[in-house]
Amino acid sequence: MDEFLAARMQMGVSLGFHIVFACIGMVMPWFMFVAEWKWLKTNNPVYLDLAKAWAKGVAIFFAVGAVSGTVLSFELGMLWPTFMEHAGPIFGLPFSWEGTAFFLEAIALGLFLYGWNRLNKWVHLYTGLVVGIAGVLSGIFVVSANAWMNAPAGFDWVNGQAENIDPVKAMFNKAWFSQAHHMTIAAFSATGFAVAGVHALLYLKNKLEIHAKAITIALSFAAVAALLQPISGDLAAKNVAKLQPAKLAAFESHFKTTTRAPLIIGGIPDVENEDVKHAIKLPGFLSFLAHGDFNAEVKGLEEFPREEWPPIPIVHYSFQLMVAIGMFLALLGVIFLAGRLKWKHWLGKKWWMKLLTIATPLGFIAVEAGWIVTEVGRQPWIIYGIMKTRDSLTPMPGIQYTFYTITAVYLLLSFIVIWLLSRQIRLLQSKYLSND
Amino acid sequence: MTELNFAILTISLLLYVLLGGADFGGGILELLTRGKASGIVTRAIAPVWEANHMWLILVVVILFVGFPTVYSTVLTALHIPVLLVLIGIIFRGSAFTFRHYDIEEVTPKAIYSAIFRYSSLFTTFFLGVTLGGIILGEISLDHNNGFYAIYIHPWLNFFSFSLGIFLVVLFAFLANIYTLGEIKEEVHLRRFTRLAKRMILVLVFAGALVFVAAELDGHSLFYEFYHSPASIISVVLATIALPFLWINLNRNNRTWVRITAAFQTIMIVAGWFAIQFPVVVKMKEGPDLTIQNAGAPPETQFYLLIALVVGVLIVFPAMGYLYKTFKFKKGISSEI
Repeated sequence: MDEFLAARMQMGVSLGFHIVFACIGMVMPWFMFVAEWKWLKTNNPVYLDLAKAWAKGVAIFFAVGAVSGTVLSFELGMLWPTFMEHAGPIFGLPFSWEGTAFFLEAIALGLFLYGWNRLNKWVHLYTGLVVGIAGVLSGIFVVSANAWMNAPAGFDWVNGQAENIDPVKAMFNKAWFSQAHHMTIAAFSATGFAVAGVHALLYLKNKLEIHAKAITIALSFAAVAALLQPISGDLAAKNVAKLQPAKLAAFESHFKTTTRAPLIIGGIPDVENEDVKHAIKLPGFLSFLAHGDFNAEVKGLEEFPREEWPPIPIVHYSFQLMVAIGMFLALLGVIFLAGRLKWKHWLGKKWWMKLLTIATPLGFIAVEAGWIVTEVGRQPWIIYGIMKTRDSLTPMPGIQYTFYTITAVYLLLSFIVIWLLSRQIRLLQSKYLSND
Repeated sequence: MTELNFAILTISLLLYVLLGGADFGGGILELLTRGKASGIVTRAIAPVWEANHMWLILVVVILFVGFPTVYSTVLTALHIPVLLVLIGIIFRGSAFTFRHYDIEEVTPKAIYSAIFRYSSLFTTFFLGVTLGGIILGEISLDHNNGFYAIYIHPWLNFFSFSLGIFLVVLFAFLANIYTLGEIKEEVHLRRFTRLAKRMILVLVFAGALVFVAAELDGHSLFYEFYHSPASIISVVLATIALPFLWINLNRNNRTWVRITAAFQTIMIVAGWFAIQFPVVVKMKEGPDLTIQNAGAPPETQFYLLIALVVGVLIVFPAMGYLYKTFKFKKGISSEI
């Protein structure tokens, strides 16, 4: 394997692994917080069991998220030293704030997990809230740093050196807001559907109150998030159209610059002949989505030299997959809210539980696809328009081997976590069944 | 400002050694006592270990924001030992959490424990090796040199390995000292006091080994030490504190034991800094990386400093509350 490809794959595996744990680690505390709050208000012990069970999940996901995040903070320099040497002083500010947020999260989590019998119950509840807020903040900071790579700001690039550095401008770059809300909402949606899906599967086996309550809490977050996500996605895409037209063209495999550009749904991009086969094309819709006008001109890939094209097929497929899942989850969100407001009997039905079970992994598949869209879509640049990814690669040979090692470690870890959680769930399940 | 940021970096590193180091040492201690300490160690570190490891993240962040050349140079030349440290961190952190949260069964627990213990040892050792590579001054990124000269030689030497050993002993010693405060049973108390005394002797021996290894690698630590009054003072203070530590161990005065051990560790780190300052990374050829020539521009240092100061103001009280809740109350934990 080529060194450069190996390094990119290692980065991809490490980020792809970390992001799942990071999302769950920042969203699940909100669920456990609500569960505990419900317990304090209703005195129903089921809520307490739920809060405690979820807290265990949070502890496991947070720990793995923390170690994989630590690894990433080193890997950036081990794989892309030239990038970090130049970019560190510019885009590092959000990381310094993220450090504080993450620290606070770790401290609050320690208090929450081990403080059940030591803290006043309202103080305990409050520590749960702090975990949630600090988690979301640290997520936003990290995404803001990533956004800078897409929309570099706060410096002048003179002869391969950064001058006139303004870290604040860099932090609040033009992409930070759209990426931050899109990612935060995605995390709530993905985690919510994943948690609800697992409980739905268990509910199908045994109709326990705890699962019904769990589904309601998780979906209350997820449904709102899933409904907001198309709006957020639309804003994000409009921003990409403005800042990174080549990336937007890759989303849609849009080769020729045209007005009334069609929205391409599905299809197989043929990069050689600059065409998309077997796709549904809705004339004018891409123009509308990108610029708010059916007749607007949308720049095609032809505007850019070929060596500056991102890999088209993978970006195209990932984008289509992300949007498709987003739409499906939004539909589930509508059903849930309709069920809550009017058709209450829907939410106990078998078909609904089955739908939720199917949706378990979908949110995270969309999150991964979305990151492929962002990261691969930015290629060949590591700092958009400024520095190429290839030029920042470490000179150390043999990156294939570090890539294999890291991949093996994370695969193993994934299996252990899944196995561990299934054991925990069985334990919870058996506790309730023996009580009946 | 650059100096202030560097000072915060130093303090973070010191706190990582004192707090995170004791966590690593916990695993090593379990290994030494063949698992007899595992309940006590878990009890002592479980609520605080996540927070303790944040210091490392802080160190890394300050490095790549404030001292980017140091970050990129170290991670390029010492890629291999750092990778080994990272793999150790992954296994250690995960195994510790899994051991704690998995349901009670003998075999998985034993496996988690074994991974936790050996990876604690492994990670600490390579952390020391990495530090050794930074201090020794064999780093050279000249591409005319071969793979071995650039990526292996800077850390594969007596000095780096002796520092690895020293760090293992130091961390185990710190863990031992902290653990003393968590013990209620008389039998364990006597056992761990005895172990602590033995550990002091091994620590002195390991420290001497570092000096000898440095001579073997042609890096005269004796000479530099001799010419730096500040480092002589710190080492003398650390040595004077030894009998004091011994007496307090005998009297079972746990608070003073902890304070003395922490003081000695601070003095060791201070002694090292006094020799090194203002060099951060010693290079084989060309100018060394110093605080000044490796520092980011002043705008960056300014905003970094603000973030760090605000961070400290938020984190320290919270950290204090965490420790107050779990560390200084009697009868920790049936609930853990």
